[in-house]
Amino acid sequence: MTIDEIKSPENLVYAKPRLLNDRHMHYCPGCSHGVVHRIVAEVLEEMGQDNNTIAVAPVGCAVFAYNYIDVDWIEASHGRAPAVATAAKRLNPDRLVFTYQGDGDLAAIGTAETIHAANRGENITIIFINNAIYGMTGGQMAPTTLEGMKTSTTPYGRQPELNGYPLVITPLLAQLPGTCYVTRQAVHTPAAVAKAKKAIRRAFQSSLDKRGTSIVEIVSTCSSGWKQTPEKANQWMVENMFPAYPPGDLKNFKD
Amino acid sequence: MTENNNRLKGAVEINRERCKGCDLCVVACPCDVLKLQPKEVNNRGYHFAFADNASACIGCAACAAVCPDGCITVYRVRPKAVAR
Repeated sequence: MTIDEIKSPENLVYAKPRLLNDRHMHYCPGCSHGVVHRIVAEVLEEMGQDNNTIAVAPVGCAVFAYNYIDVDWIEASHGRAPAVATAAKRLNPDRLVFTYQGDGDLAAIGTAETIHAANRGENITIIFINNAIYGMTGGQMAPTTLEGMKTSTTPYGRQPELNGYPLVITPLLAQLPGTCYVTRQAVHTPAAVAKAKKAIRRAFQSSLDKRGTSIVEIVSTCSSGWKQTPEKANQWMVENMFPAYPPGDLKNFKD
Repeated sequence: MTENNNRLKGAVEINRERCKGCDLCVVACPCDVLKLQPKEVNNRGYHFAFADNASACIGCAACAAVCPDGCITVYRVRPKAVAR
């Protein structure tokens, strides 16, 4: 059997999901956004929600998410994605509504919208990409930036007395009675990707079942902003990000 | 029994124009199948990944799972077919 013979449809194990279109993604090489886009598209396809989804795009690197995943998108102004998603879900209660936000969008300018949407228990899913930096604008300090972490606006490292402490937002949201499922995942290894995919699926299902707000935080890399290769960035994330943002479920419900 | 080791089990196909040469698939591959092109580049100037040691592929799809751009298609011969 030759390699060309193996490459036949009956042997297919994995192919790019249909919902992730062929447009070339603008993300930097090795960006976690690409992986998360792909698994979101896979989950939507597996759940058969392609025609039943309203997604809300953020401001930040993922602002062009609507170009890549072929579902209905709304572009929200900076940080307001949970508010827009609230309206979309209340007007279309049977639709699957999710927001896709970065840490600068969700944890800085959009803190109020995020906390209040979760506190109201809106039946939406929030996918929160946390890379501890403002990637799009050139690697400035974000609220989630680690203590001592060098960014373009904290060239000597983040100092708590000057810049405050890192904002760990998912445990805050987990305290609220409106949330049903709060989890933190990563996408640096094949096993982690499989777990993150499962988490996203559970979150989408819980928002369809109207259990309340579900939040999936994905601890991600920003190889350009961190000034590392994608491989090094993954290692750096495991060594430095995981102690501050340990992966795992923060709040779950019984089936 | 030893002849099974030489049998091909899997194959990867990489969309070279979509690849950005981030190297994550090369790191994820447990069988050292993939490599980045040392000299050649695609039309965006990236050193794309290719199956350097294609016969070692087991079709585990670890490369496809970590690929940020969804460039990789994986094929695997089903276990029954391999046994025959």
